[in-house]
Amino acid sequence: MAKFSKDDNSLVVIIGSGAGGGTLGYELAKKGIKSVILEAGGRHEIRDFSNDEWGMFGKISWLDKRTTSGDWRVAKDFGGLPAWIVKAVGGSTIHWAGASLRFQEHEWKARTTYGNVKGASLLDWPIDAKEMAPYYAKAEYEMGTTGTNNIPRLPGNNNFKVLEAGAKKLGYKKVHTGNMSINSQPRDGRIGCQQIGFCFQGCKSGAKWSTLYVAIPKGEKTGNLEVRPNSHVIRIEHDKSGKVTGVVYKDKDGKTQIQKARIVAVAGNSIESPRLLLNSESNMFKNGLANSSGEVGKNYMRHMTASVYAIFERPVYMYRGTTMAGIVQDESIHNPKRGFVGGYELETLSLGLPFMAAFLDPGQWGREFTASMDKYDHMAGMWIVGEDMPQSTNRVTLSDQKDQYGMRAPNVHFSDHPNDIAMRQHAFGRGKAIYNAVKATKTIETPPYPSTHNLGTNRMSAKAKDGVVNKHGQSWDIKNLFISDGSQFTTGAAENPTLTIVALAIRQADYIAKQMSSKAI
Amino acid sequence: MRILDKKTISRRSFLKSGTATALGLTIAGNLVLGKSSAWAASFDNLGGGNAATLIQMARDIYPHDHLADKYYAKVIEGYNTAAAKDAELKKMIQAEVKKINEASKKKYGSDYKDINREIERVDILKANTSSPLFGKLRGDLVTGIYNNQEVWPKFGYEGASADKGGYIKRGFNDINWLDKV
Repeated sequence: MAKFSKDDNSLVVIIGSGAGGGTLGYELAKKGIKSVILEAGGRHEIRDFSNDEWGMFGKISWLDKRTTSGDWRVAKDFGGLPAWIVKAVGGSTIHWAGASLRFQEHEWKARTTYGNVKGASLLDWPIDAKEMAPYYAKAEYEMGTTGTNNIPRLPGNNNFKVLEAGAKKLGYKKVHTGNMSINSQPRDGRIGCQQIGFCFQGCKSGAKWSTLYVAIPKGEKTGNLEVRPNSHVIRIEHDKSGKVTGVVYKDKDGKTQIQKARIVAVAGNSIESPRLLLNSESNMFKNGLANSSGEVGKNYMRHMTASVYAIFERPVYMYRGTTMAGIVQDESIHNPKRGFVGGYELETLSLGLPFMAAFLDPGQWGREFTASMDKYDHMAGMWIVGEDMPQSTNRVTLSDQKDQYGMRAPNVHFSDHPNDIAMRQHAFGRGKAIYNAVKATKTIETPPYPSTHNLGTNRMSAKAKDGVVNKHGQSWDIKNLFISDGSQFTTGAAENPTLTIVALAIRQADYIAKQMSSKAI
Repeated sequence: MRILDKKTISRRSFLKSGTATALGLTIAGNLVLGKSSAWAASFDNLGGGNAATLIQMARDIYPHDHLADKYYAKVIEGYNTAAAKDAELKKMIQAEVKKINEASKKKYGSDYKDINREIERVDILKANTSSPLFGKLRGDLVTGIYNNQEVWPKFGYEGASADKGGYIKRGFNDINWLDKV
């Protein structure tokens, strides 16, 4: 395994090792480009995972200081935890569900398709479905996505069968066990899914794709990639010409270190990435790096989400098997007759008893709540995930509160757009109708969890004034500074974002390689 | 369909609850009924009366009639231990219980734990949801009750499965009633 010098200024320095950063490091390594990934969290391997919701939450979650504001209920119920993401090598690909859906063609052109939506800062992406198709194909191959590359779909578990039966009674057609980056059969040196459940706690069988044990070890094997865990970047530095020259980070002992760089790629998820740019303010860049547009931190998106749980007369045991075990896609279309623009997916979801108690109806108590919990084993559940409207007022800013290193903590401000609310109401209605079609005795509308899909705070734009990065994720202001995570999303689309983050990182690696060889950067 | 028997007490958990009795955990019922003096000793930092009130409050917040008092008492045991070192906590609990009892007496003529009807106790709680004690107790119960592995079988939750080979051969897709509804 490579170990690079901190003074080596020929390196690509990647901040974060999740879907974006982990993929970028691996793709560059394959091309012979040397990079070091600085990961704020520790390195836990599969053997360190346990089927224990709170145990793993405490072990791998990003729990550093954060504050919240806005009218979203997360700010009230989980004020210090706006997002449920991972701080560890592999990032949130450790706890992701595995859903790997391509954006629909029209979703790349949200502004054109949806028109001028009042209060929304919609833009078209500067790239489209045709341009992304080959990169999606590469991502699906690398990740072993079911339903692609002749990989069979996973078998449906009890939770899926309830969803499927209800959805079919309502006449829904696109109902299946999803495009999941979870092996349905042995592939790429990993076994098939054992239907363990606990996908959110780290996959014990390794059947689910994660950069932790797929992309990163392959990259390390080339000798071109070093992953340095417990290395928390607090600043990006630049020279007099405005080019970035390296990063300042805190090592495992809290000591300050400097890593030199030829290129810096930021992939710390949509809260930490803009925070790092803002915290890297200097005399030359008074509003933070890459922020001449003032767009850094703005347009924070988290998907329109919610859940529907339903109770039945007879048992379901929804927790047995894959957590996200299937999908209804019919509502993901854009059909403004429903009273909103954009669409949503319905995907099965289950929580164990400990998390169900915390998230079914946060803060609730008394008989109504415990009557539902008493029927935990008779529950089926689905997650609603739809496109939310970007709003410039929904944003990540620097709080006056400090983190453990004395750096200003991020504040995450979010309020639903009326379109988000209309879509959620529609989705609640359809979700409940699905379960009522198979004779649910009770249905429960569960509010959004702390955000798992954090998007848009360093968005991609066709014009420099509208966003932070160009169509390659390269910052408009600083040529050798890239954004490589979901924060570059121009809009969120209805689909779970990981596949698109990976596809964009593969594409970005091609661009970086070309730019390096032509000495443009 | 592989159905779990939620009423079965395994030998192991039977033995465990035997141990709990020896430690004075299972007599919460007696205490709530005001029969026991042994509790005062096992909740020496909080005081038996305060502990009994807290246990009753805990049950009224998350009432599960199939759960014995010991599961609620376990959370209060934690407070008792913490109170030995945390004077602020002890003071807060004592003051808040006093307030709850005063409100209970005023409205229903007796201390909180001695109000016979749950609906009336809940009425008292509803007027106190912004109190620091209620917030703390409710929050701690979420993990104290539902993350206690001993209660999981009673809810039909099987817990960890990787060590058993997952559910691939243990009923992940064995639902058999959907065509009948």
